[in-house]
Amino acid sequence: MFSNLDLQKFVFGRLTLEAIPYHEPILVATFAAVALGGLALVIALTYYRLWAYLWSEWFTSVDHKKIGIMYVILALVMLVRGFSDAIMMRIQQAIAFNGSEGYLPPHHYDQVFTAHGVIMIFFMAMPFVTGLMNFVVPLQIGARDVSFPFLNNFSFWMTTAGAVIIMMSLFVGEFARTGWLAYPPLSGADYSPGVGVDYYIWGLQVAGIGTTLSGINLIATIVKMRAPGMTMMKMPVFTWTSLCTNVLIVATFPVLTATLALLSLDRYAGTNFFTNDLGGNPMMYVNLIWIWGHPEVYILVLPAFGIFSEVVATFCGKRLFGYASMVYATVVITILSYIVWLHHFFTMGSGASVNAFFGITTMIISIPTGAKMFNWLFTMYRGRIRYEVPMLWTIGFMVTFVIGGMTGVLLAVPPADFVLHNSLFLIAHFHNVIIGGVVFGLMAGVTYWFPKAFGFKLDPFWGKMSFWFWLTGFYFAFMPLYVLGLMGVTRRVSQFEDPSLQIWFVIAAFGAFLIALGILSFLIQLVVSFKRREQLADFTGDPWDGRTLEWSTSSPPPEYNFAFTPVVHDHDSYWDMKNRGYARPVSGFKAIHMPKGTGTGVILSGLSVAFAFAMIWYIWWLAALSLVAIIVVSIAHTFNYNRDFYIPANEVVETEDKRTELLAGKV
Amino acid sequence: MIDTTEKPQFYLTEEHHPEGSTMLGFWLYLMSDCLIFAVLFATYGVLGRNYAAGPSPADLFDLTLVAINTATLLLSSITYGFAMLQMERNAKAETLFWLGITGLFGAVFIALELYEFIHLIHEGAGPSRSAFLSAFFTLVGTHGLHVTFGIVWLVTLMVQVNRHGLIPANRRRLMCLSMFWHFLDVVWIGVFSIVYLLGVLG
Repeated sequence: MFSNLDLQKFVFGRLTLEAIPYHEPILVATFAAVALGGLALVIALTYYRLWAYLWSEWFTSVDHKKIGIMYVILALVMLVRGFSDAIMMRIQQAIAFNGSEGYLPPHHYDQVFTAHGVIMIFFMAMPFVTGLMNFVVPLQIGARDVSFPFLNNFSFWMTTAGAVIIMMSLFVGEFARTGWLAYPPLSGADYSPGVGVDYYIWGLQVAGIGTTLSGINLIATIVKMRAPGMTMMKMPVFTWTSLCTNVLIVATFPVLTATLALLSLDRYAGTNFFTNDLGGNPMMYVNLIWIWGHPEVYILVLPAFGIFSEVVATFCGKRLFGYASMVYATVVITILSYIVWLHHFFTMGSGASVNAFFGITTMIISIPTGAKMFNWLFTMYRGRIRYEVPMLWTIGFMVTFVIGGMTGVLLAVPPADFVLHNSLFLIAHFHNVIIGGVVFGLMAGVTYWFPKAFGFKLDPFWGKMSFWFWLTGFYFAFMPLYVLGLMGVTRRVSQFEDPSLQIWFVIAAFGAFLIALGILSFLIQLVVSFKRREQLADFTGDPWDGRTLEWSTSSPPPEYNFAFTPVVHDHDSYWDMKNRGYARPVSGFKAIHMPKGTGTGVILSGLSVAFAFAMIWYIWWLAALSLVAIIVVSIAHTFNYNRDFYIPANEVVETEDKRTELLAGKV
Repeated sequence: MIDTTEKPQFYLTEEHHPEGSTMLGFWLYLMSDCLIFAVLFATYGVLGRNYAAGPSPADLFDLTLVAINTATLLLSSITYGFAMLQMERNAKAETLFWLGITGLFGAVFIALELYEFIHLIHEGAGPSRSAFLSAFFTLVGTHGLHVTFGIVWLVTLMVQVNRHGLIPANRRRLMCLSMFWHFLDVVWIGVFSIVYLLGVLG
């Protein structure tokens, strides 16, 4: 006895034609652009017969280098999306004065700022950092791959699945209108009955699985797979910061998973964890989410610190000043990052003693961070500084980050925070440290390791353009927000009454425009460098006169990274090898044991997208079906015992002989 | 001191075998899982007395049932231990036998838990009645879900051991499941003490 309506509800859940936002011209235009671009890409890939190549050489690959590169590509795509949101907000706030409502209605504006935060943190910064760690860490420790190569591929595809789910919300339904951490009760079923928060939850849950597993993988890799002789205190600093970051990931992402699971139970099963009635407590959510959220900012910035340490030592031609203090500062930051979370809500009303404790712990973090800053400065002192692009980013970081750090210490004073809480001063502060610290670090890292990944350097002219646009753009975009915040302007506001504020928002919008040019310059840099790859080529594998093991192998490295496992005697081990007359082995190669690629990761990721989509739209049959499929595929995967192979010795000989010839011809 | 006359060795000519990382990796996974339980325990700690004028633990919990339940799970840990001892002796049939017993105990545990849940819901004490009951059902239910997953895994491993014997790959898998199983036991002791015993004592 199914009436038509029931059948439609059974098949499509709450998904109706109304969910497609065809009445919003901005979204229709975006959709048209994305659809045309996507179609062009598909046609191009088909025309050049690249699908099979992509599938067998990239999508199913368990090679940590390829997975790292795919992570960075994902991050760059999401950077463009997240930045589009940013510039939309800047334009809206610059024009919504004197009775004008701007061009974004509030319900759309709220989705835009939520999406901007979620995408930039989870799908730009996180994959970017994970990608660099994936690519660099095994090379730096002299390993042939990570501990669990299949898991690595699976992690990447789960992160991508999360990004796909978030992107779907743009064209099917809506995204959350809650801010990037989705505080209840606003994010509860009563106040956000639509699909927006569900997109948020499932996107983050799926990506979170990938992040946690990749954290476990990299810890195991760093602990167990280091080359002989590389004791902990001989590890490169980037590897150290990666280790600490992954410890933080494993120790915090489960908290995020559990917290979001509780929120979804409130929304789906009618429980009362964070509701206003029947004993629920919304502040419980705020505490839990920040127990994840505060360490998260260190998850992002520690690898950036590691990149700066590598760059400074390399481009000053000196051993890093204070290696041991750098390591201990990193470890201290890792531990302290757990006991500061409450500074995100001093205004909750936990009382003076609690606020004082968290205020003090927060201020203490500036001490190890300051120690790092001096280590970099002392490394530069009397060094032979080469102002290559990575070094420019590093110096830009040092100036910018110190300003952001100081406003952070200001916010750590609870009475000051009561005035500045939720104001644009806070927005300016965290963009100051995230752009000045994380983004500058990632840009330095990409420029630094690009020749290792592809065998040619990035074009320096466009790199410098990108750097200067980003740097000036940052100051134009965010210094006005400090001023506005001190004048009491709160965040997440889409229209303004007081016309005297407008000039500051116009300056900020100009800054965002400069940053847009910075991003554009970087994309141009990629194209120009690819076209000039012959001139920019590096045959030595060591284009910067590097100090760590990744520079000892060819660029791009062979599938097996090192024909023979290196033996380490010192930190800066490749520098040590070069100084003590290391001669590259040219014979005696043996077959090399390597893991095999598999398509299981892609399949599981696709099924997860289907599962999440079904849960978001209440399509229960599809949810059940895809969940069963996920379990069946996972179990079936464990029945495959044949997961490795040997690269035959003659193939290794061939690869290495090519390199010998190349080195002989060029050096 | 560095010997300057002779160049130090900068690479290994023989094949390098780093020791396996599976146990460490799995242990790290367990710790991350432990954090999920930590969040659920913390939530129970904060919300566990918000009865919202509804029933309290003393009104609801039947300690006899919980005692039987606990005994089943603890026994299943012992029998898993027996299975591992047989694995060390390389006795495939005995290993499978004890694994089967372990799975049965696990299934009884799950059945008793489901019975308890259904009983509570019938009494009007379902998960949406109060924050206390939300926290209770989620904490105990998450543990139950883990045990269920463990049983599925156990059956899969029994098929694999039966098919391929006690080869190194299967031994490694059995070790992982062993850690998982004992871990769930430890978590249950926390649930038993904090939720049930302290709850009924008031």
